[in-house]
Amino acid sequence: MVFSAKPPRLRASAVKGLTFMTTLKVKIWRGTESGQFQTYDVPRLESQTVLDVVTYVQRRLDPSLAYRFACRVGVCGSCAMTVNGVSRWTCRTHVDKVAAGDTLEIAPLRNLPVIRDLATDMTEFFDKWAKARGRFTGAHTRKDDFATVKPESKERKRVDAGIECIGCGVCYSACEVVTWKPDYLGPAALNRAWTLANDVRDVAQQERLAAVAGDAGCHACHTHLNCTERCPKGISPTAGIAGLKRLVLKAAMKGEL
Amino acid sequence: MNSGASSVRTQVLLWGAQRVSAALLALCVVVHLITIIYAVRNGLSAAEILGRTRGSFAWGAFYALFVAAVAVHAPIGMRNIFAEMGLRGRGVDMLLVVLAVLLALWGLRAVWAVVG
Repeated sequence: MVFSAKPPRLRASAVKGLTFMTTLKVKIWRGTESGQFQTYDVPRLESQTVLDVVTYVQRRLDPSLAYRFACRVGVCGSCAMTVNGVSRWTCRTHVDKVAAGDTLEIAPLRNLPVIRDLATDMTEFFDKWAKARGRFTGAHTRKDDFATVKPESKERKRVDAGIECIGCGVCYSACEVVTWKPDYLGPAALNRAWTLANDVRDVAQQERLAAVAGDAGCHACHTHLNCTERCPKGISPTAGIAGLKRLVLKAAMKGEL
Repeated sequence: MNSGASSVRTQVLLWGAQRVSAALLALCVVVHLITIIYAVRNGLSAAEILGRTRGSFAWGAFYALFVAAVAVHAPIGMRNIFAEMGLRGRGVDMLLVVLAVLLALWGLRAVWAVVG
């Protein structure tokens, strides 16, 4: 984290001792798959996040607004939305960083069915994790000793690079291949599969490679890097998908697929 | 993930074939462009081209490889484009096999014309 020595930007109203600075024009999607943007005036505050703005609208202006959040600190992955056209986690996105002047446009995540307003149906997103065999399959029992995985091993380092995914759906929303091929597993599920493909304790490797291979799996990725660009946790699903492509090709050439 | 008539293994091998053919094409295109630039320095004539290629096993093998790479690469790429437009399945795959054969035949005919 880099802290700037520059003092926070103050505006005329703040100088007079008021807590808010100016008014933010916020357009928020209302409806389901069909609907329209509705504009709200929200007071602009210091260090205000996009989630703060949505919460203000829901609590002060329109209690019927549907949205989803839980932890507010970038851990749970439930508050992702499309902010000024870009998929983002809203709890850790400061308005100052993304507002175009004094306007914000907040829409639900793309590539997922809209339940209502800003809440999307994540069922398909998580079903694809299951389809990609995103579940650990071990062979040890509780009677066995702990497995030893060295932190400096190649496999462990690869797992470390992808393991911090919070399942927010930002990568899935940002991925154009998901838009073009709705059955494509998507970056998050494939990143999960990649971390397990490097888990030396896992015994379902062949089945997992078969599950992530082919036209709707890792080979559909065009390496556009949208997922890598947008991942709020700094993960590169693209790198994991490239790794899966290599593993799968090796398995296919050996006739193990 | 099986999303069409072809097996997962076939889909993966097609992907591999497209990568290998892309690498070959990159090499072939560079050699071809350098040859063009070198050959036209003293003006371009059919006689000069044929003088270089006729009876040459090396040029024949090079352009046959070029044609093979095109015949493999283009239909697989078309298959991906069609799939993203929502057109997939055995019918599309068969059509693209026909395209691959046609590309190979047209290309090899052209190679034969300058080498044979």
